[in-house]
Amino acid sequence: MSSIAIKGVKKAYAKNAVVHGVDLEIATGEFIVILGPSGCGKSTLLRMIAGLEDISGGEIWIDGKLVNKMEPRARGCAMVFQNYALYPHMTVAENIGYALKVAGVPKAERMKRVAATAKVVGLEAFLDRRPAALSGGQRQRVAMGRAIVREPKVFLFDEPLSNLDAKLRVAMRAEIRRLHRRLGATSVFVTHDQTEAMTLGDRLVVMNGGRIEQVGTPAEVYNRPATRFVANFVGSPSMNLMEGSIDRHGVFVYDEQRRIPLPGAIDARLVGHKVTLGVRAEAARLVAAGTPGSLPATVDFIEELGAGRVVHTDFDGLSFAVALSDPAAFETGDTVGVMIDPADVHLFSAESGARINALAQLPPVPVAS
Amino acid sequence: MEKRATFSSTTIGLLFAAPMLVLIFVFFYWPSGQALYWAFTLEQPWGGGNTWVGLQNFRQLLMDPYYWGAISRSMVFGLGATSIAMGVALLLALFTDREMRGHKAYRSIFIWPYAIAAPALGLAFRFILAPEAGFLSLINQIWPGLWNPALDGTDAMIAVIVAFSWKYIGYNFIFFLSALQSIPRSLIEAAAMDGSGPMRRMWDIQLPLLTPTLFFLLVINITESFQDSFGIVDIMTQGGPARATELMVYKIYFDGFKGLDYSGAAAQSIILMGLVVLLTIVQFRFVERRVHYK
Repeated sequence: MSSIAIKGVKKAYAKNAVVHGVDLEIATGEFIVILGPSGCGKSTLLRMIAGLEDISGGEIWIDGKLVNKMEPRARGCAMVFQNYALYPHMTVAENIGYALKVAGVPKAERMKRVAATAKVVGLEAFLDRRPAALSGGQRQRVAMGRAIVREPKVFLFDEPLSNLDAKLRVAMRAEIRRLHRRLGATSVFVTHDQTEAMTLGDRLVVMNGGRIEQVGTPAEVYNRPATRFVANFVGSPSMNLMEGSIDRHGVFVYDEQRRIPLPGAIDARLVGHKVTLGVRAEAARLVAAGTPGSLPATVDFIEELGAGRVVHTDFDGLSFAVALSDPAAFETGDTVGVMIDPADVHLFSAESGARINALAQLPPVPVAS
Repeated sequence: MEKRATFSSTTIGLLFAAPMLVLIFVFFYWPSGQALYWAFTLEQPWGGGNTWVGLQNFRQLLMDPYYWGAISRSMVFGLGATSIAMGVALLLALFTDREMRGHKAYRSIFIWPYAIAAPALGLAFRFILAPEAGFLSLINQIWPGLWNPALDGTDAMIAVIVAFSWKYIGYNFIFFLSALQSIPRSLIEAAAMDGSGPMRRMWDIQLPLLTPTLFFLLVINITESFQDSFGIVDIMTQGGPARATELMVYKIYFDGFKGLDYSGAAAQSIILMGLVVLLTIVQFRFVERRVHYK
C-alpha cells in the first residue's frame, strides 16, 4: 500500500512542454482517474510515475521515497497497457508469471501464485494458450493478471479498456472496481472516457493542455465544474455554454430574446463583463413556445436513447441540448421554449474560463477590468 | 485491392515478360542444364565432342580425399563465417536499438560492405591482414611469425572467414535492426515494469521475437558462404597454403579452369548445388518449425 505525491512535475520533449507543473496528492488505497482529451499529457504523467519517461522537472514520491531517478522495477508499480503488451511467445501462465520469474520466485510457488491469480481474473482454462489464441477480453484479463500477480504497491492503468467493445468495457469496468475493493492498492487510471472516469474513480483529475483543471470526487466535478473546460468535457451530452454579459439588474443577457435572471445579488464588479453561462441538458426543460420566462428555440433534431432522449434545439445558431425523460412531444422544426431554473446555472469568466462562485453568497471574485 | 495492369492480348503480356524469362533461361537454367549434362560425360578440354560416362565423375570425386577435404573446409568456413557475421551483427543491432540516434546513418553505412564485390574486398583484406605491412604486422614484431596467412593454413582460414564475415555483418545488421524496431515498444516497457533489466529483456523478450529473422539470415548466410566465398579466396589465398583454404566453390574453379577438367568441375557444381538445396530444406523443415510463435 502506498501513497503518491506529485510535486510540480514537468515534462518537455526537446522544446515542446507537454506537462506544465502538475501537483497531486494521492492517498494510500485511493482510486484516482486522470481524465482528459488526447494529448493533454495524462498518459505522459502516468508514464512518469511508472518510470518509463524521464521527469523534466519537479518530484514524484511513492511511499515516502523520491523516485525521480529510480528504474521502473525499483518503484513497485504494476502497469496495464492500452494494447495489453502481452509477450506473444509466452503462454498465458508464462505471461502472468514473468514478473515472478524475474524476481527469482521458486517455480513451485510461482505456479501456485499464477494459478491463484488466474482464478481471480477467470483465466484458469486458458493458462496454456498463447495470446494470439485469446479474444480481446481475455487478453485484457491476462494483462490484469500480470499486474496483480506480484501484489504491487501501485497499479497504473493506461487506457486499458479503450480497445474493447462497448459491452465488454462495461463488464471490465465493474471487474476493475471489484478488484480494487478486494486488493485495496493505490490505483491511477488514465482515460479519455468520462463515463469510465465517473464510474471508477474515488476522485477525478481532469487535465487539459498539460495542466490540471480540477481535482475532486465525480459528484463534485459534475456538479461544480471548476472551469469552462471541465464543464464542457464532463457529462453527456456536454453542458450547454452560452457567451453573454450581466446587466445591472443581475440578469444574464445572451441576446435580445434570451435573458436569464441570476439568483441572489450580483457583485457590482461583474456587471457589464463577458461571462460564459453553463446549463446541463438535464437541468433545462422544454415548454410551449412563448411561455413567460422561457427562451425561444427551434427543435433541430432528437436523439432517442431508449430510457430518455436528448432534444437538440437551436438558439439562432447556438446549439442547446435538453435531456428529457418523457417522450418528446415535438418534432424537428417546431418552435419551443427552453426553461432554465436560475439555481442550476454555472458561471465562468469569459477570459480565464474559471468558475465564478460569487453570486452573493460567496466572497466576490476579482475580475480584471 | 491490388492494382493490376491487364493486357487485351496475350502476346503483349508475353512480350513484357520475355526479357526476364530470357535472362533467367540464359543465365540460370541453360548453364545449370549444361552442367548437369557435363557431369555425366567426359568433356574434351579443347572441344571436339564428349562421351557419356554415367556416374563415373561422381564416383571419382567421392573417392578423392582432396574433395572430402574441400567439403569439410567449406563446412568450417560456413559455420565460422555465419556465426561471426550473425553474432557480431546481432550485438551491434541490439546496442544500436537501445540508442537510436542516427540509426538512418547506420543503416546506409552498414550496408555498404555488402555492395563491395568479393575480389575488391579480398584485395583490401589482403593488405589489411598482410603479415609484413598490415595491421597485424605489429603483432609479428612482438612475436615474430605468429601471424602469417601465407604460410600457416589456420591463419589463412581465419583471414578468409574474417573478410567474408565483414561483408555480411552489415547485411545481417540491417535485418536484425529492422526486426528489433518492429517489436512494439510497449512489450519492452511491460518487461521493464515486470522488473526485467536491459540484459534480461534482450534474452527473454527481444531474442525470442527475433527468431524468424535469425532463421532467415541463417539460411542466407550459410548458402552465401558456400557460393559467395570464391572471389575472396581467389584474391587472398588462391586456396593455399597447401589447400588450407580450398573451399568447394574454389575447387570447382580450379579444377575446371586451371585443371581443364570440365566434367569433374561440373560434377562438383552439381554436388554443391545439391548440398545447398539439402541444407535449405533441412533448415526449413526442422529449424523453422520451432521459430514461429504465431
